[in-house]
Amino acid sequence: MDDSSAPDIDRETYWKKTIRRSLALLSVWFVAGFVMSILLAEPLNSIDFGGIPFGFWMAQQGSIFVFIALILIYVLTMQQLDREAGVEEDEEDTPPPTAH
Amino acid sequence: MSIIGWTFLWVGITFSVYIGIAVWSRVSDTAGFYVAGQGIPAVANGMAVGADWMSAASFISMAGLVSFLGFDGSVYLMGWTGGYVLLAILLAPFLRKFGEYTVPDFVAKRYYSNTARVVAAVAAIFVSFTYVAGQMRGVGVVFSRFLEVSVTWGVIIGMVIVGIYAVLGGMKGVTWTQVAQYCVLIVAYLIPTFAIAYTLTGNPIPQIAIGEVLPRLDGLQQELGLGAYSGPFSNFSMLNVFCITVVLMTGTAGLPHVIVRFYTVRDVKSARWSAFWALLFIGILYTAAPAVAMFSRFYILDSFAQLGASGMQELGWVQNWAQTGLIKTQAWTDGMAPRALLDTIDRDIIVLATPELANLSNWVVGLVAAGGLAAALSTASGLMIVISSSLAHDIYGEIINPDASDQRRLLVGRLAIFAGLVVAGLLGIYPPGFVAEVVAFAFGLAAASFFPILVLGIFWKRCNRQGAVWGLITGLAFTFVMIVLMRAHVVVPGVETPILDTFLGINAQGIGVVGMVLNFIVTVAVTKATPAPPQDVQEMVEQIRYPRTLSAEELRAGSA
Repeated sequence: MDDSSAPDIDRETYWKKTIRRSLALLSVWFVAGFVMSILLAEPLNSIDFGGIPFGFWMAQQGSIFVFIALILIYVLTMQQLDREAGVEEDEEDTPPPTAH
Repeated sequence: MSIIGWTFLWVGITFSVYIGIAVWSRVSDTAGFYVAGQGIPAVANGMAVGADWMSAASFISMAGLVSFLGFDGSVYLMGWTGGYVLLAILLAPFLRKFGEYTVPDFVAKRYYSNTARVVAAVAAIFVSFTYVAGQMRGVGVVFSRFLEVSVTWGVIIGMVIVGIYAVLGGMKGVTWTQVAQYCVLIVAYLIPTFAIAYTLTGNPIPQIAIGEVLPRLDGLQQELGLGAYSGPFSNFSMLNVFCITVVLMTGTAGLPHVIVRFYTVRDVKSARWSAFWALLFIGILYTAAPAVAMFSRFYILDSFAQLGASGMQELGWVQNWAQTGLIKTQAWTDGMAPRALLDTIDRDIIVLATPELANLSNWVVGLVAAGGLAAALSTASGLMIVISSSLAHDIYGEIINPDASDQRRLLVGRLAIFAGLVVAGLLGIYPPGFVAEVVAFAFGLAAASFFPILVLGIFWKRCNRQGAVWGLITGLAFTFVMIVLMRAHVVVPGVETPILDTFLGINAQGIGVVGMVLNFIVTVAVTKATPAPPQDVQEMVEQIRYPRTLSAEELRAGSA
């Protein structure tokens, strides 16, 4: 057990923050993938984005870039949250696969 | 050297690499066989997920589908990438923390029921077989066009190769072969795409070149009396584009062969990073695919505008593909409408024919063939692991003979792969429909079965066995019946027309959304009406929410 310092936040706060963060990222996912690329694709197509109608560009390019960025943000911010709550994995502590 | 010579060379080299990896990564225990000893680094796992994921449908069929569907083809581009956001945020880290070997393992422990395990294992096998049929058909298409062997022999050769490395190396062999296959397929996809982008616009980056090609394509379409390529909802209604995208995304997150890849890494942190690397590696192909779609459509329509249908018959690529029956030139007449001409071209050939269309060297054409095979074989092998682990681990090892020794489990696992391959081969030789369509239905089934009960299992402690089993059965049964009714003319012998056209305006590909919603509703409703799960299950759910393993005291202190 790691008792070098007490974590900044307790586990309950950690989980609440995790949920809130996940919902925030998923709303961006929804806006990029569904609102801009499908529901509003027709009106957004009147905007010219480097030769490409913007709604079309979002649906075939932009949304995918957003998805990649969202996962990166999730990974990095969760690592920080893990440390704040003291629930990060110990580099040495590799649990062996569950035996049968 | 001829196309066939180059293809033999590339296929020979890549297949030797796969066999070499198989011999090097032999395994001798079930942990190695099912989860590669949980020692795969995140970047390598990202590549393996990429190859596992990008199937014959992604590599061979997708750009062709997008090319024919225009804007509406976005359902595949977004659907098959956006699911990774769900996977990364809602499932992968938690399922990795849970550990064990299979998706049914999680379902069984979380829902404290061996019935749930059997239902999950059967669903996993069913979904995987639906999916593998498309892969084997892809292998057959590549072999029949490029190596001039029959589809049957092509499928048999593919089976033998997968058989060698999956039976010997299990998940470990499959993983490292998939890493190699990712490299082969991405190089094979990008080289011709870069070359064509450069020829058309002087800029080799396809994602940038489309800025110049699209206005020309839209102009050409207008000239020929077709609607704008970039205009939405000409093939599917907005509702269907929406529903199909949801199904493909949630189906991605619920597909057992993708989920198990996250069991193979060392820890939760690596599972999260794997998801990022996976989508990055997938995104490279998925943002290039719409460019391939535009380029090929531009080439075809441009030749049509300049030469007319009879002039096009003189083109080398048209003659090559007409021989395979995938372009029906006998229907070509002078003065035919451009849409009628497009309809005589099989969508599956677009990617494979693009290098020829653009007059690229023979070695590129052969490389694309090897890439298509890499994509199909890597996905087939990932599916074989799921089929094998569901049969040998979940059904044999946990239900039929729980006392079996590790060696015996390993033997059964290998036999199960062998049996799975034979069935997959038969599905490839007698294919049900064309590749991407078949795969699309696997997503509906996965979205309606696994996705809801996995997400609720992690985020809702109160969710119980009764709810999950009934939710899963409802979602799966509804979706399956609807697909059969809507595709009756394809799947039911002797029926000429669909028994049902749409359900509330949603077509067969999008119907999984309704199945998924029903699954959520039934799971929640039945759970509310029945007792909460036992304390140890609730503690397990608490445990998987945190990367580090919590001690029993910590768990109790936190749950107060």
